[in-house]
Amino acid sequence: MNQNRFDKIEKRAVRRKIVSRTVTYFLLTLWALMVLFPFYWMILTSVKSYGSYNAEYIPKFYTPAPTLENYRSAFTAVPLARYFLNTIIFTLATTGLMMIVIIPAAFAFSRLEFRGKNLVFTLFLSLMMIPNELVIITNFQTITNLGMRNTYLGLILPSVTSVFYIYLLKENFEQIPNELYKAAKVDGTSDFKYLLRVMLPISRPTIVTIIILKVIECWNSYVWPRLITDDEMYYLVSNGIQEIRENGFGRENVPAMMAAVVVISLPLIIIFLIFHKKIMAGVSRGGTKG
Amino acid sequence: MKVVLKELTKRFANRTKGQPDVIAVNHFNIELPDGKLIGLLGPSGCGKSTALNLISGLEIPTEGQVFFEEDDVTKLPAEHRGVGLVFQNYALYPHLTVRQNIAFPLGNLKGDQKLPKEEVERRVEEAARLVQIDQLMDRKPSEMSGGQQQRVAIARALVKQPKILLLDEPLSNLDARLRLQTREELRRIQRETGITTVFVTHDQEEAMSISDLIIVMKEGVIQQVDEPQKVYTDPVNLFVAKFLGTPEINVFRGTVRNGQLFLGEESVLDVPGVEDREVYVGIRPEGFILSETGRFTMDLKRVEEMGRDTSVIAAHPAAEKPTVRAIISSENEVDRTKETVKFDIKPFRTYLFDIETEERIPFGG
Amino acid sequence: MKKNNLKAWLYLLPAILFLGAFMVYPLIDVFVYSFEEGYNSAAQTSFGVGAYNYRYVLHDPYFLQAVKNTFILVIITVPLSTGISLLIALGLSSIKPLRNLFQTVYFLPYVTNTLAVGLVFMILFKKTDYTDGMINLLIQTFGGKSVDFIEGPYWAKMFVLSFYTIWIVMPFKILILTSALASVNEEYYKAARVDGTSKSRIFFKITLPMISPMIFYLVITGFIGAFKAYSDAVALFGTNLNAAGMNTIVGYIYDMLYGNSGGYPSYASAAAIILFSIVLTITVINLMISRKSLRS
Repeated sequence: MNQNRFDKIEKRAVRRKIVSRTVTYFLLTLWALMVLFPFYWMILTSVKSYGSYNAEYIPKFYTPAPTLENYRSAFTAVPLARYFLNTIIFTLATTGLMMIVIIPAAFAFSRLEFRGKNLVFTLFLSLMMIPNELVIITNFQTITNLGMRNTYLGLILPSVTSVFYIYLLKENFEQIPNELYKAAKVDGTSDFKYLLRVMLPISRPTIVTIIILKVIECWNSYVWPRLITDDEMYYLVSNGIQEIRENGFGRENVPAMMAAVVVISLPLIIIFLIFHKKIMAGVSRGGTKG
Repeated sequence: MKVVLKELTKRFANRTKGQPDVIAVNHFNIELPDGKLIGLLGPSGCGKSTALNLISGLEIPTEGQVFFEEDDVTKLPAEHRGVGLVFQNYALYPHLTVRQNIAFPLGNLKGDQKLPKEEVERRVEEAARLVQIDQLMDRKPSEMSGGQQQRVAIARALVKQPKILLLDEPLSNLDARLRLQTREELRRIQRETGITTVFVTHDQEEAMSISDLIIVMKEGVIQQVDEPQKVYTDPVNLFVAKFLGTPEINVFRGTVRNGQLFLGEESVLDVPGVEDREVYVGIRPEGFILSETGRFTMDLKRVEEMGRDTSVIAAHPAAEKPTVRAIISSENEVDRTKETVKFDIKPFRTYLFDIETEERIPFGG
Repeated sequence: MKKNNLKAWLYLLPAILFLGAFMVYPLIDVFVYSFEEGYNSAAQTSFGVGAYNYRYVLHDPYFLQAVKNTFILVIITVPLSTGISLLIALGLSSIKPLRNLFQTVYFLPYVTNTLAVGLVFMILFKKTDYTDGMINLLIQTFGGKSVDFIEGPYWAKMFVLSFYTIWIVMPFKILILTSALASVNEEYYKAARVDGTSKSRIFFKITLPMISPMIFYLVITGFIGAFKAYSDAVALFGTNLNAAGMNTIVGYIYDMLYGNSGGYPSYASAAAIILFSIVLTITVINLMISRKSLRS
């Protein structure tokens, strides 16, 4: 008698499981499509010819005659290569400079004893709460007064500081057992050598994560470059794309715009596809957008 | 409630790709009698917990069937089996108080099974009293000791009046003193409620001390099902003989010739009815009798006095391990000046095993 | 010991220099600016000290529009993005095949350039003389009337801005919630299943309380992030946000600083401090609510 009831329950459970699986996969796929569609659309549009794009009142989901013409005009009609170069210089210099600043600071906080350490560290931490919007005004004035508008230095200097990464790195340094430091001291290793030869190699995963996150941030930065540059020769890709959108190509050349969009999105997407595990782990450890 | 397992098998895909599947539970055939306390015993990784999960419904078997009384529940989801399960780490909800934790299963009842508020409260109180934590009802799990958490977990499993109670390593997270105390408690609760109870353990002493029935497992296969004392005195194979008993049984390689057991060159015991062959010989530490005229000579290494008993540590070339331990009453005097020591061995504490299958070879006498 | 002191400060020096010049000094200076009445960066003069800048900003219709836009955006996007990402994270953690693929795909917007992809969104939603655009065609197939989301009615612009903002912030939230869900011990779910707990009860009584610290964290950071919305709006509506009626508070600050209406760092400072006060107030309220509900 129970058996009958059990059989019914079993069947219902199986049915429910199938239904909920199906619904779950359907919804997950739906969101995946929503994420991917803009990417598909920009690639698709970028290979449509100017003529055929404008002739499509109803946009087509494919194109019979893909063309790379738009990519050529993206590089010739607007100084896209220049934007690219600027961004690479900006990203490399900012990230490099930041590492030079944060590594010794994190080392000092994690390994050295000095008077006022806790106070200074607390002050550092409280700076994490300060929104960029609050300090950007004076920075704009400072850089302008120093005559550093439209220079790499003006772009780079205010973007170097990052309290959060000092904090992240300090936490990581502290996990390295103190015995290693003592052993190195006994062997007569200098602090600087110890930092270079022992701590940095051990902390490599964290350092790589920080570098990747900073590169993403630099590559996508828009606000500061917009404020500090009005000479096209110093535009970064974000500003370049905005410039293209508002004045570029002389006419509404959407396929060429999309080609430019594809080109500037590609580097980060490639980095992401290579390092996606690292990036996601790094971000979930405390990164935020922007 | 009686539980019957028929040809029950669970395979897991191997974590290393390309390797064959892991068989956690291998063709179990067993009947768990109603109202008994059953110990599922085996070394870690032998599939005990998987077996438990198959009964609770948390895992679905690859082959075979599970019956509750006459009903086939093999594919019945855990939600509908009405079993009580206590986890090794207790799995108490950290954000709920003891009272809320215990009441949690009752809140799941729906429709005409739903209990009125007073009844819920009465049952929660009753379960708490049974495990003697009724003074701590408004604490959070984090504010309690391991032993107290354990009791809450048992109360939570009992409150829905399950027909079968399953405990996964219930005592392994407690310290030694608490473990002794709690296992008595477990026995008492099982007696009082009369619920068929299965508990998993790797500690043979624990299983021996409170079970009505012991199931010994090795690598997914049932080795022996018996009363605790029988598993000890009458092991079916070398594994069971080695796994049960502290100190461990002494194992030798020996030969049977003309109804006599030879260890090395000496004939140490008469084993009538056994044909001539190579054998493993297991002798329990208490199976030795100190005797000037003993048939079994070993090299004396040292003597450990342990109050009531005396351990004689000896060595023998036929032994599997470098030392052999014999436990004799401390009333016996061991002559420590001598290089050797002589024993007679008790036939009912001595077991012969096949060299290939490691199965027990019976002998008369 | 003394030598060690000196050395430590030497290691810290670069960080202190940078932070001092570009964070601490500006932080003080922004308050100074905000109280210097009528400061003009071209002339470098001001005509007094007082709350004039705050009064001006609070009466500026552009600022009020920006505040309104920002608040609407916050109220729409924070609950929606948190809710949807929780649903997606729950879905993700309930499946095994394809899980990693989905996770990777969902994270993609995080690494994309807001301005660049915003342009794609604009193309998708925009209605021009040549075409009604992708989204409008979709609306038409379902029998709706097409509308210009980029230069059309206010609600349509707000819709597309909210939509894009959610699209941008989802990766972070999905990631955090998925790892929060993964950190809940499996045994709680097993215990609940054996006790016959329904899916919804497991969710509300076990999952939700256990991941609530992370949800609060997301809500708090979500509020802060949404109040600072700017680039998404620029990406969709162009740099002249005031003309589009879609400016945000941050946009207003930058416009005051630079551009056609720029050159007024005092107004910008006052607006920035107002924004900071709003964010601070809301964060404190959030923290108080989360403390209270986490304790009970």
